[in-house]
Amino acid sequence: MKIRTLGRHFRTGGQNVIRNGWMTFASTSAIAISLFVLGVFLLLAMNVDHLAKQIERQVEILVYLDLNIPSYERVQVQEAINKMSGVKKVTYISKDEGLEILSQKFGEDGDKLLESFKGENNPLNESLTVEVKDPTTVGKIATKIEKLNEGRTVPPIFKVNYGQGTVEKLFQVTKLMRNIGFVIAVGLLIAGFFLIANTIKITILARRKEIEIMKLVGATNGFIRWPFFVEGLILGLVGSFIPSLLLLIGYNQLLKNSSEEISLLIGRLLPINPYLFQIIGILMMIGVFVGIWGSTISIRKHLRV
Amino acid sequence: MIEMQEVWKTYSDGTPVLQNINVRIEKNEFVYIVGPSGAGKSTFMKLMYREERPTKGQIFVNNFNIGKLKQRKIPILRRNIGVIFQDYRLLSKLTVQENVAFAMEVIEASQRSIKKRVPEVLELVGLRDKINSFPSQLSGGEQQRVAIARAIVNNPSVIIADEPTGNLDPETSWEIMKILDEIHDRGATIIMATHNREIVNTLRKRVIAIENGRIVRDTHRGEYGYED
Repeated sequence: MKIRTLGRHFRTGGQNVIRNGWMTFASTSAIAISLFVLGVFLLLAMNVDHLAKQIERQVEILVYLDLNIPSYERVQVQEAINKMSGVKKVTYISKDEGLEILSQKFGEDGDKLLESFKGENNPLNESLTVEVKDPTTVGKIATKIEKLNEGRTVPPIFKVNYGQGTVEKLFQVTKLMRNIGFVIAVGLLIAGFFLIANTIKITILARRKEIEIMKLVGATNGFIRWPFFVEGLILGLVGSFIPSLLLLIGYNQLLKNSSEEISLLIGRLLPINPYLFQIIGILMMIGVFVGIWGSTISIRKHLRV
Repeated sequence: MIEMQEVWKTYSDGTPVLQNINVRIEKNEFVYIVGPSGAGKSTFMKLMYREERPTKGQIFVNNFNIGKLKQRKIPILRRNIGVIFQDYRLLSKLTVQENVAFAMEVIEASQRSIKKRVPEVLELVGLRDKINSFPSQLSGGEQQRVAIARAIVNNPSVIIADEPTGNLDPETSWEIMKILDEIHDRGATIIMATHNREIVNTLRKRVIAIENGRIVRDTHRGEYGYED
């Protein structure tokens, strides 16, 4: 193929987009709508996943030590836990610190309420906060920590607490949410794919006569196919650009208006960079692929004239 | 030069359309193909530009062996033949100028030669002032003239016209015939299927009559020979 012919194909492809105004409108809106729905959902799913991760990360093990534990023994326990695989960090919380945390939980009146427990009267245990690398292993590690008491006449550990029961349920819920999200995303993708492919097919079906005429004039299949390829490319680009722009504007507004109220309730929303840009990248890729695929596949059967 | 040797065409359901066709058309001949509807005229025409394949027998068009022509060589054959139809078959989204230029773009002609040649042929068919119109804005006769311009723009040696005046009134039909005769004078071979008695009997040329899939008459400077 000569270079000038390639230029001709791009010109003709662009011209087709403009002259087939109504058909162009139909296919670009099909692409734009499907991708918009998919984009909104992906954004939602990513944020839910992010939220789940945040919640999961808050899961930790509280090890309450025996009331009368000597400090060397406390250090021994701390080191033993630190050595366990899967443990990220062990933090020691003294009696005073424990009281401080408790009083914060009561809010403004905390100091007043707990005043009488300060100093010598502090009834709290010393404790260790254990953070783990993988939140789902929290149960196993807690059991291991409990075993440190075995064979000791005076057990150094009073109680191990990680929200038994609740944590397992939380993981079940987050896992279910992720699975459902994945299924819906795939479903939307397939539905969108068929919608777009069908719309493009119809637009090209309408041009079946044109293709026959081109063949009668002596055009090769490649010569006929190229402008359709270009047209599909343009449809895909325009069709994915519109929802990308809408998502960008909409999400930006959402971040601006709700950062205070929502972040307190459910944690921060994901920032635009890189997450929304990733989604836009995905949408663009799908749009271009579907545009080209739809237009070139659909003319294939008409080319056998 | 076009030659058919013992050509048979049977459709897949077994109906014979053409039976044992033997014909030879020399360079620069002008031939009418006449006969009742359904006799096989259109199939006869389609075989020459390889829209149909012969079931049996051999067809040669300009040194192309049609029966053995590979699928991807069909476009090359068609670039050597100009085809004109009763229903014009123009590209509705393209202007007059672009429709004619399309045939030149197909053979990858340069923009310069396209810009020079297209107005020339449009001049020849008398449509110089309508170059930017779309087919839907033209009359039937004008559309057919565009189709003729497209058919001849690459100077093919053979023009195949399947009832080119079928949709036109007598006066317009004669304008089209004048153009075809002019193209013939310039050296092209013309094969034209027609139902137009007046044209055949006035502009006398070789007449081949097809009935029930067979050639029943082949006369130089012949007559139409049917009552309408």
